[in-house]
Amino acid sequence: MRLELYLDLLSQPCRAVYIFAKKNDIPFKLCTTEVFKGQLLSKEFFQINRLRKVPVLKDGDFILTESSAILIYLSSKYQTADHWYPSDLQARARVHEYLGWHADCIRGTFGVPLWTRVMAPLIGVPVPEEKVQRNRTSMDRALQQLEDKFLGDRAFLAGQQVSLADLMALEELLQPVAVGYDLFEGRQRLAAWRERVEAFLGSDLLQETRGPILNILEQAVNKKVPNPPPEVYPYMLLRISRIP
Amino acid sequence: MGLELYLDLLSQPCRAVYIFAKKNRIPFELRPVDLLKGQHLSDAFAQVNPLKKVPALKDGDFTLAESVAILLYLTHKYKVPDHWYPQDVQACALVDEYLAWQHTTLRRSCLRALWHKVMFPIFLGEPVSPEILAATLAELDVTVQLLEDNFLQNKAFLTGPHISLADLVAITELMHPVGAGCQVFEGRPKLAARHQRVEAAVGEDLFQEAHEVILKAKDSPPADPTIKQKLMPLVLAMIQ
Repeated sequence: MRLELYLDLLSQPCRAVYIFAKKNDIPFKLCTTEVFKGQLLSKEFFQINRLRKVPVLKDGDFILTESSAILIYLSSKYQTADHWYPSDLQARARVHEYLGWHADCIRGTFGVPLWTRVMAPLIGVPVPEEKVQRNRTSMDRALQQLEDKFLGDRAFLAGQQVSLADLMALEELLQPVAVGYDLFEGRQRLAAWRERVEAFLGSDLLQETRGPILNILEQAVNKKVPNPPPEVYPYMLLRISRIP
Repeated sequence: MGLELYLDLLSQPCRAVYIFAKKNRIPFELRPVDLLKGQHLSDAFAQVNPLKKVPALKDGDFTLAESVAILLYLTHKYKVPDHWYPQDVQACALVDEYLAWQHTTLRRSCLRALWHKVMFPIFLGEPVSPEILAATLAELDVTVQLLEDNFLQNKAFLTGPHISLADLVAITELMHPVGAGCQVFEGRPKLAARHQRVEAAVGEDLFQEAHEVILKAKDSPPADPTIKQKLMPLVLAMIQ
């Protein structure tokens, strides 16, 4: 029974998992599960994940959620190169330190622009300008901490080589960029970091992974984003209401 | 200079680190950081953790922030019993899964419950509207139910038959609303039973000691105006 990854490439953590698996030649079956088509709400998917979220890993009978847990599991099981999740005590601690801060300051925050610029207007629920500004301020603050504390004068976020930390961060930061935010402008160190990580991962893989998210703004402008089915609306409204 | 742990037992993740270190007889110097006095905002503390948060660890020249990172660092360095963070890839993944999930869910709900119910009105002297409090307590209810239904289910502990880091982190979180007077275990016999088991596994004395501060949160004296001014924006950002 092959490894299965349930992913929606519009989702930042899903992209991180996809890139990691592909980059490391981990054989898996891609089970595309599209959030905005209501596929998380099906009875079949509920058997996979009662929390109705992606990404999910299914390895035989073993089911695992949470992107960081999935990444660590894959790195252990498939014995990927040490730099991804270093065995050195302090180096590994730096990866976890980043992931802890990421959960508080990156996750949630950098996903908001997709909602304010595309998904909320799509269902006719505009987000007040005040919230858009507040989100911009939160992102700016997080980017400053990312640059000063985590990157500093190092090549990568948790040390001198690419790790899971860089992967998770990069795909989160890409989300607002995909919908038109100039996050890297005026932030040379972060822009240089981005180039290094992307060079390491390879442009073909990145293009393949980011197809859906990079197309979404253009689709929205041309009114070609499919309307989500009605059963998805309550979840979308809940998500929108949670924007601080 | 040996291991130093910068903690305030008012904070849930600090309690998890404290209990873990004590339970495993890890030798450390406790460096108290009084959050309600704003001590985490000092320049001296910023040398230990530029993110200005607790818990923080200092081991020689090595400084480390973030509770999960600290717990895992201690786990690996001091070679604690396997059940805390199993070698088995799948068992370990389940602990990682919980530690990741809780960060944006239970952690957040428990923190908001404490601040909306107790700390805003009593410590900061800022009333909280009944609507906001009701919404926060409703969210807490949903999250605690998820903990029971999705993670604990019929197991003895969150990720299997033995206590792990997941249980320690969860229990210290749940004590936050308990300290605020919320009855999180009412109508939840499975969760209540697990609570007893965790407390027994950790040791009652250590558990009580770690939770003395949070259980007295309701008796916090009001903040003086300077402190209040300093803390207010940070608190608001924290519980968003």
